[in-house]
Amino acid sequence: MPLFPLTLDAIFLKVGVYAIFLIIGTAFGYVLESSGFNKSTILAKQFYFKDLTVFKVFFTAIVVGMLMLFTATAFGILDYNLIWVNPTYLWSGLVGGLVMGVGFIIGGFCPGTSLTALATLKVDGIFFVVGGLVGIFAFSETIDKAAHFFNGSYFGRLTLMELFGLPTGVVILLVTLMAIFMFWGGEKLEEIYGNKDISKAPKGRYIGAGVAVVVAIALIFIGQPTIADRWAWIEEEKQAQLDNREIQIVPEELLHTMHDSKLNLVMLDVRDEKDYNLFHITDSDHVLPEEIPTLIDQFIALPANSLFVIMSNDETRATEVWKYMVAESVPNVYILEGGINNWVDTYATPYENEYCAGEKEDRADDEFKYILTSALGDHCPAAYPHLEEHEHVEYIPKIKMKLKRAPSAGGCG
Amino acid sequence: MTTEIEIPKEPQKKDGFFKRLFNRPTKPYWNAYVGGTILGIVLFTSFFLTGSGLGASGGLSRIVAFIEDIVVPGHVDRVPYLIKVAGGELNALDNWIVYVSLGAILGGFISGIVNGRVKLETNRGPQITDKQRWAFAFIGGLLFTYGARLARGCTSGQALSGGATLSAGSWAVMMAIFGGAYLFAYTFRKLWN
Repeated sequence: MPLFPLTLDAIFLKVGVYAIFLIIGTAFGYVLESSGFNKSTILAKQFYFKDLTVFKVFFTAIVVGMLMLFTATAFGILDYNLIWVNPTYLWSGLVGGLVMGVGFIIGGFCPGTSLTALATLKVDGIFFVVGGLVGIFAFSETIDKAAHFFNGSYFGRLTLMELFGLPTGVVILLVTLMAIFMFWGGEKLEEIYGNKDISKAPKGRYIGAGVAVVVAIALIFIGQPTIADRWAWIEEEKQAQLDNREIQIVPEELLHTMHDSKLNLVMLDVRDEKDYNLFHITDSDHVLPEEIPTLIDQFIALPANSLFVIMSNDETRATEVWKYMVAESVPNVYILEGGINNWVDTYATPYENEYCAGEKEDRADDEFKYILTSALGDHCPAAYPHLEEHEHVEYIPKIKMKLKRAPSAGGCG
Repeated sequence: MTTEIEIPKEPQKKDGFFKRLFNRPTKPYWNAYVGGTILGIVLFTSFFLTGSGLGASGGLSRIVAFIEDIVVPGHVDRVPYLIKVAGGELNALDNWIVYVSLGAILGGFISGIVNGRVKLETNRGPQITDKQRWAFAFIGGLLFTYGARLARGCTSGQALSGGATLSAGSWAVMMAIFGGAYLFAYTFRKLWN
């Protein structure tokens, strides 16, 4: 199981966590300043093709960061599911981007670079930061009138791989080649518009470009971990949990959890639709196993107090879904012990016995055993048992909420 | 017997600590590809350890919310966008991004000191005055962060961090930023040339 990213909150006190971010930020600022990003004239020159330093630094950083990230994920050291990938809000992103572009050419900075300009006493940088603070204020005061636009055109955690339907390695190679092509073109432009003598530039950059292409091609052949690989990493530990019945919670525990307002309970009913229509627990969501892969990103993005309980008629199908979700790094996933059959056994009232549950048959594994006279869904008492009537029942609680590893907001959140 | 250590006399009177600190010889900036590679390593390290990338405007945003929460707390609790950040008991500064932004200032300052580049100055094109440059910097900053809030991230949080993690939306934002700047570069050529 990939060790990284770390659950910082579980390892360090808050002060320590913030110290780590302060150190990362310090390194960030140091590099920006050392690359000349504190000077608006250098930043602006790129837009007139005279000096493409900023452009080069920026895309080199993207390529190097990308290659290192996906090398780490390919070898199972880092979990791509748990790192923050900016969600796509297409139109607000595009319009916001254009406004930023105009701000860039007028102001000569972007927010990160303006901070280093401020730190090195560039007066124009200080004015940019102050203007920036006013811009933020203006945004928070006005955005509610455009909330629909701001929150619209949402595509979730959409990656370039999904957008183009290409394997990760191929996308990485294309991005790398595109960057190298842009560097080559950029240097030509600098020669024409900036009167720069490119022949004096260090030859090491050819080696760097070569290394980047080789790594990108290697990543195509290594590939990114599949769901089978991901399960194999954790199989020993998780299969033991299944066998020791550490994650199968009894109906009583689920009932108590339903009444626990501190938890965000997500009940996933993974049975066929006809069974779900016959009977299901109130507030459970009907999700077929084949739909689970498309929902993983949303599950991981849920708040840290989210708890998933999966249920099928017995346990077989729920266990398969549990394995999938756990392998995809969804935290706090449990199975309803004995499934819906056990639930109805436990909570059926005279009402169910008369109208809903009717007779019981011996059926094959993971099939609904009750013969219902009509499809009542959650319109019978067993769908939402009263806690007071069952509070006295004792059980051994198994749910242990784990701290969330994945960040729930990105860099500019 | 005590040996007397002779302190060599300085030829000239030494400047004070601060004067020496701010008058170090100015060193040239790094090569762009070297700077980019190191920035890429910093970006990777951030993702590797914490799961989050880099950012700048988010920290500023929380600082603004923090100030508003002191000056007009009731107002903060009425504006939906601010409630999430500083509503009620929430402390706007209780978020990692604030410390990345503060670190960026600190890191910029350290690098500036070490390389002798901390100087009170205004960088501008030859055709405008300092005061005009300040006014444009103010307007540019205002527009930039407004756009950054709208796009949910700036050059760091969207284009750089999202670019490296191959987020489709971040690549769209990145192209829009550079597209917007190149599109209007000719209009504002007097500012810089």
